[in-house]
Amino acid sequence: MTVVGWLQAAVVFALVCLLVKPVGAYMARVFEGERVFLSPVLAPVERGLYRLCRIDPAREMGWKPYAFSVVAFSLVSFLYLYVLLRVQAFLPLNPQGFGNLAPDLAWNTAVSFMTNTNWQFYSGESTMSYLSQMAGLGWHMFVSAGTGIAIAIALMRGLSRRSASTIGNFWVDLTRAVLYVLLPIAVVGSLLLLWQGVPQNFSGYTAVKTLEGAAQSIPQGPMASMEIIKELGTNGGGFVNANSASTWENPTGFSNLIELVCIFLIGGALTYTFGRYVKDQRQGWVLFAAMTTLFVAGFTAAYAAEAAGNPIVHALGVAGGNLEGKEARFGIAASALFATMTTDTSCGAVNAVHDSFTALGGLIPMFDMQLGEVVFGGVGSGFYGIIYYAILTVFIAGLMVGRTPEYLGKKIERREVQLAILAALVVPVFALVPAGIASVLPAGLATLNNAGPHGFSEILYAYSSMVNNNGSAFAGLSANAWWNVSGGVVMLFGRIAIMIPVIALAGALAAKRAVPATAGTFGTTSPIFVVLLIGVILIVGALTFFPADALGPIVEHLLNQQGKQF
Amino acid sequence: MSTTPQTAPGRDSTFRHLVTSVLFTIVTVIALGLIYPLVIWGLGTLLFHHQAEGSLISGANGTVIGSELVGQNFTKPQYFQGRPSAAGKGYDPTSTGGTNFGPTSKKLIDGTKSAIAALKKANPDAAGPIPMDLVTSSASGIDPDISPEGAYYQAPRVAKARAMSLDSLNAIVAAHVTPRQFGLLGEPRVNVLELNRALDAQGVSTMSTGKYHYVALGASYYL
Repeated sequence: MTVVGWLQAAVVFALVCLLVKPVGAYMARVFEGERVFLSPVLAPVERGLYRLCRIDPAREMGWKPYAFSVVAFSLVSFLYLYVLLRVQAFLPLNPQGFGNLAPDLAWNTAVSFMTNTNWQFYSGESTMSYLSQMAGLGWHMFVSAGTGIAIAIALMRGLSRRSASTIGNFWVDLTRAVLYVLLPIAVVGSLLLLWQGVPQNFSGYTAVKTLEGAAQSIPQGPMASMEIIKELGTNGGGFVNANSASTWENPTGFSNLIELVCIFLIGGALTYTFGRYVKDQRQGWVLFAAMTTLFVAGFTAAYAAEAAGNPIVHALGVAGGNLEGKEARFGIAASALFATMTTDTSCGAVNAVHDSFTALGGLIPMFDMQLGEVVFGGVGSGFYGIIYYAILTVFIAGLMVGRTPEYLGKKIERREVQLAILAALVVPVFALVPAGIASVLPAGLATLNNAGPHGFSEILYAYSSMVNNNGSAFAGLSANAWWNVSGGVVMLFGRIAIMIPVIALAGALAAKRAVPATAGTFGTTSPIFVVLLIGVILIVGALTFFPADALGPIVEHLLNQQGKQF
Repeated sequence: MSTTPQTAPGRDSTFRHLVTSVLFTIVTVIALGLIYPLVIWGLGTLLFHHQAEGSLISGANGTVIGSELVGQNFTKPQYFQGRPSAAGKGYDPTSTGGTNFGPTSKKLIDGTKSAIAALKKANPDAAGPIPMDLVTSSASGIDPDISPEGAYYQAPRVAKARAMSLDSLNAIVAAHVTPRQFGLLGEPRVNVLELNRALDAQGVSTMSTGKYHYVALGASYYL
């Protein structure tokens, strides 16, 4: 580990910290319909959009219509992308003449982008037309992220309102998330990325004759416009297979910094927005503090493991950290940082090959995901994920002292705890059960790229990633019908089976009356709460996943130290 | 503004949610899926034309000979070589990616062994330890860069093949080291294609002027 490496991480995180308050406060104003500095430009666009879509922005929804709207929109957006991918060969903006996707791959991809996962069982540069990339996948990156933000805002309303029957209007929240939050940052960010070298054009691939006379075909396309929302919306689906490791998507150290800041930006800022909603900024900062602690611990471990390198390679007479599957311009620190941040959140973009990380260096991204993507998390989904954990924490604290738990002046009762437990079970059930099945199924084992414990790690990583809607991979694993179909199912449940309970939770909380805090109330703004919250997150994650992780990366680490090969 | 009759919360029909979903999809696909990338394309072409077009490099007669972003496969001794590539048959930009071999993979270790052997064989006069980046595959398979150590390691071979003095070659390499951006971001690196082009150009200009004035061109392009 080097001082410069630590400084690079510190600068990225300092920028995130600086932006949390202004962006968080801005979002609070936007979602309550107050004027912001962009209103003169965007308010007429917003009104026009409501008129075209026949949305009445004044009408609020109860939790059931809110949830129905989410499901209806998810269904329609899934079907749209599925059809687009199945007929892309007949549509324009396809200079390379790519064919239509097969049904199982189109299913997997459409679910993947609808659920904000962006798992990719295809290589963009040899599969996707420009139209599919920008009007299909790129569009989904905006609206799936917007959906996550909308639901987080609905939950904040549920937590802050008293005896209310409504939690907002989904269409209004979605529109504002996309129009006021995602789009302006995307426009500025894509120009910054263009400056650094990310292409944006509609030309066919460029045929070149190399210096030694060989033929090379260089991909082109509208990359910059998609690249920025890929990180900002914690989507992660690359224009090309190598994702942010490729020089097109991430050409310089500065482009890497922009992408990293965008990955944490909205997830971090939403904790501040939350403080605004509940009129107590400390409530937001405690969540931010817990997230920060887990992030710093993860990065430290990943950086240390990668800097230590692979003892088997050292034995061959080459000293140094692990550079297999890393880019020369990023090196070890920036790669470990990217791997940690992209899996703390549900982004899943990669600037290095996670499959080729050392055993412990690869365990960190996997474990980050297994915690449920609550360390800043996906845009919106990270916030409502950590609220589940906060509810579990006050519940457990309440059990310890024998009192009815309260959170933000609301009694946490049976229904809330049931919903939180339900959500906490979705991740292990839909990760571990399919991973167990795939480990004994010939079709599940057929497409592994590694043998021994690392092969099992590929399977475990895949389902941990898909159920948490992350989308990064131990990418040696390649597609077949089993993986396409089962992966689609897991991604779907990982999104819907957490989202619907959270909207129900928002409704249940909004309906509650406020109970005044008493001397017996367990405070949720103290360092003790931060420690307890971190403890609950780690214990739930560790108890459910440690046995499986022990069979994969942990045993691989021990064998790696002994020089064992598979 | 809306002509929809007001209903109480919770009374919307499922059908109505679907209609709104379809309308919202149509409108936003046009706005975010078509207009937005077109606007960025227009602005990008106007402000950063070279980058927007893929940072292409033109050769002497105007033909495109590569891109600053894309590494090329070099095998001749007079050229510096890039990192091992897992993209297709090597540096295939339409098949990007790494080896995806884990740390205990026999294939990884065998591949690293043969990379070390090949490197030693090609650079018998090399001094210093083997640079890690020259024997490990990049993540993209088209990594255009190597570490400065990786370049200096190869310098004796290239100097010999070009009948140059090692000192003058090292000076060219030094001029092609891109430092960390803003002194902080990324790692110091050498763009292999740019360096090799400068060497070819220098070979020509040595005869005429005896100076290598192309040298500094690619050094810190985006800084």
